[in-house]
Amino acid sequence: MLLACSGGSNVGQAANRAVVELTQEGYGKMYCLAGIGGGLSGFIQSARDVDRMVVIDGCPVGCARAALERADVPLRGYLVVTELGIAKSSDLEPGRPEVERVKAAALDTGSLSQMRGKGDSTETWCCSGDTPEATSAGTQDEWGATS
Amino acid sequence: MDIKVLGPGCAKCVQTEQNVKEAVAESGSDAKVEKVTKVMDIAKYGVFGTPAIVIDGEVKSVGKIPTKDEIKQWIAVKK
Repeated sequence: MLLACSGGSNVGQAANRAVVELTQEGYGKMYCLAGIGGGLSGFIQSARDVDRMVVIDGCPVGCARAALERADVPLRGYLVVTELGIAKSSDLEPGRPEVERVKAAALDTGSLSQMRGKGDSTETWCCSGDTPEATSAGTQDEWGATS
Repeated sequence: MDIKVLGPGCAKCVQTEQNVKEAVAESGSDAKVEKVTKVMDIAKYGVFGTPAIVIDGEVKSVGKIPTKDEIKQWIAVKK
């Protein structure tokens, strides 16, 4: 599970962009920090029960960390973008080198590994595709998209 | 009490539903147990994966097969 603060700054957006790209590259799955912060049980319990997690805050204010602590979710794989030597600014467009640095740090946590394909991951546990009916109908992800 | 077991259908989901039904029976609860299999319906609960258990609208477990004892404890708390 990948969680990012996505705050209104270069570092918040670098965290968000890094998590988006790591998801697209198959290293994990971005999830909904807002759902956790909003107290929605599905998101909270998912975060509590997941085996591996990376949580990225943009700065030491630590909003993502605070949201997880408030929801009694154990913090794992925690990173702060400013602690990677990236200065915080109000620029909402993170630089490419900064995003790559955040991604590298996330991979260095050891919590991520590249998945081979959709549904073949310990991160989602979705059992769609395990039954003959699901296989013949195509594998569906949790949003209903069939492949 | 309303219990929903979320899962499109596989061995894990089947076992989870079985555990829930047995826990309900053994605890003497009159809880209604429903299996939710459509992916879009499952997505409404915001769970990261399946199987998942929802009791009276609260998600109690995601991505694992809870034991009957765990389920009985959740039922007992909700009574």
